[in-house]
Amino acid sequence: MKVDRSDRLTAYLFIAPQLAGTVLFVLVPLVLVVWYSLHEWNVLADTFDFVGGENYRQLAADPKLPGVLGATALFSIGLVILNLSLALLLAVLLNQRLRGTTFFRIVFFSPVVVSLVAWTIVWGFMLQQNGGINSLLGGAGPNWLREGGTAMVSVIVVQVVKNVGLNMVLFLAALQGVPHDLYEAARIDGARPTTIFTRITLPLISPTILLTSIITVVGSLQVFAQIAVLTQGGPGTSTTVLVYYLYQQAFQFHAFGYGATLSVLLFLIVLALTVVQWQLRKKWVFHES
Amino acid sequence: MKVRATLAALTLLAGLAACGGGGGEADDGPITLRMTTWSNNEAHVKLFNEIAAAYQQTHPDVTVRFDALPFDNYTTTVTTQIAGGNPPDLAWILENSAPDFVSSGALEPLDGTIENEPELTEAATTLWRQDGKLIAYPFSTSPFGVFVNIDLVKTIPQPWTWENAMAAAAASKGLVIRDFDYKSWDNLATVFQGWGAEAWSADGKTCGFDQPAMVDAMTFIHKSIFTDKAMPGPGTSADFFAGEAAMTVTQISRASLLKDATFRWTLVPLPAGPKGEYSVIGQGGVGVLKKGKHADAAKDFLAFFTNTANSAKLAQFFPPPRKSQLTTDTLAKANPLLKPEQLRDVVINGIETGVVKPSHTRNAEISQTVRSALDPLWKPDADVPAVLNQVCTAVQPLL
Repeated sequence: MKVDRSDRLTAYLFIAPQLAGTVLFVLVPLVLVVWYSLHEWNVLADTFDFVGGENYRQLAADPKLPGVLGATALFSIGLVILNLSLALLLAVLLNQRLRGTTFFRIVFFSPVVVSLVAWTIVWGFMLQQNGGINSLLGGAGPNWLREGGTAMVSVIVVQVVKNVGLNMVLFLAALQGVPHDLYEAARIDGARPTTIFTRITLPLISPTILLTSIITVVGSLQVFAQIAVLTQGGPGTSTTVLVYYLYQQAFQFHAFGYGATLSVLLFLIVLALTVVQWQLRKKWVFHES
Repeated sequence: MKVRATLAALTLLAGLAACGGGGGEADDGPITLRMTTWSNNEAHVKLFNEIAAAYQQTHPDVTVRFDALPFDNYTTTVTTQIAGGNPPDLAWILENSAPDFVSSGALEPLDGTIENEPELTEAATTLWRQDGKLIAYPFSTSPFGVFVNIDLVKTIPQPWTWENAMAAAAASKGLVIRDFDYKSWDNLATVFQGWGAEAWSADGKTCGFDQPAMVDAMTFIHKSIFTDKAMPGPGTSADFFAGEAAMTVTQISRASLLKDATFRWTLVPLPAGPKGEYSVIGQGGVGVLKKGKHADAAKDFLAFFTNTANSAKLAQFFPPPRKSQLTTDTLAKANPLLKPEQLRDVVINGIETGVVKPSHTRNAEISQTVRSALDPLWKPDADVPAVLNQVCTAVQPLL
């Protein structure tokens, strides 16, 4: 089929706003960040000197980086496992035809629409030594945000409770898309509920599991506000994740060049993880194999 | 076709980019100066606007806008504005970032700008000079004192030493080092200076945390928190101004929070430490950004904002650096909540003899490193000397 010229122009005009937005706010900053990462940029002294790969050498030798990457991995793994398993559990429970499920769907989804910072500040008060959580525990709870072991767990749980509703809704939609005749056939064949879940439900909702896992992994690597509000990276550096470290370097320590280098590292990590997940989909996602 | 489409997209982009770049303003004609501050206090803003209005009467082309930024991220916000090509014309500067701003060359030198500069006290201006030249004007030099809730602590224990102060605090609702919160450790200087301890040597090159004086001071603080329960522990909030603590160490400018206090209170100097009496001051400076669009006009306004008459007005909120105004009379008019002897003991003596809270070039990075390394100290079973050694191991490479 031949497309005439005016059709092409119309098509380009239709995509122009989106294209302009992507170029301006995604591609240009992306290129600029790489460019900045090759410079030593001191905002106060107003210096912007080309240093080549110096920032990358600093990155390789940065004694704090292994700890930061460790904290980032811990946060991401904890968040992804807890978020996806809880979201799936809630979705399965709320997919039953029982009274009150709509109410509970609203309850679990409502934190998603609450302002992230407001949500985190309230949790910050609740997690204080003399805060609401420890009052409920009769004053016997740990100092949640000030102890190495519990600070990371607290940040993960606060984030999971905030966002689990979104994945829950996606899983619910997927569960409702599973054809009922498959369940019926399985039951007639004498399959037990666990077998039905692992052999029918999971494979059929696997495209949604892929989607939610990519969104959650990418989101977990970009966590910032929760850390900034709850722990500021402490105690010690136990909750200093990559984005928070990047923020410290660029905006608090005025090392914009090195901050940009850390952004490049973050970009590469997110890209690599997404590519790996996308490639692995063929092994386990239904419709893809 | 492909080429043309690409060109069209680029043209569109160029058009959008042109819309974004505000372009420079002409040098003559009306100008607006922007001064960033960290005070949103209604009374402060009213006074600033009055001073700006008076300036506008003689300079009808100049408007001054005061841009109050949140205190917590103040320096970060200003730095980001500078990086984003939108620097303020004038900016307040916290004492802890003073060395960075003063030494970086970000500010216009103020030599010859400030009215009657020789009368500024030396203690107040040391931090704000480079090679003898005044780089920023210390508009607020506020000593730390101890506010005491005398409904809770009936009499100030004598002699007024840290030992006795903490004993009185432990017997009542505790003492709060305001703004410390187990993060902003520089506020602990109000205690450890009493032991003669320093975060680093005067030349800024040697870590002082592992020195005996600091070990003694920190051992005292640790014992006060975890053994004597004289200070609220980590993760526990207590606000003196809401009546939740018996005493608080803070700057005298916080007296304004006691206007509607529901309890009786008094203000006393910092208790004496093993090294005797001492005082600590916190400062705020104001400087002119070189990268601002109207640096000359900004300098002219700063001269007016800080002249003797306006300095006297500002004194009601911000203790001035001018010797002629450091009298109980001037300060009493401005601080009706404080008694003349409180002003003499805490404010005037404090400003004349005070040591400014610790600061250093690359302050944010150093401060953050110390904070992280000090975290293990805030546990009941901490090994104080070992933690302080670790602090020096972590921070020495940055000094």
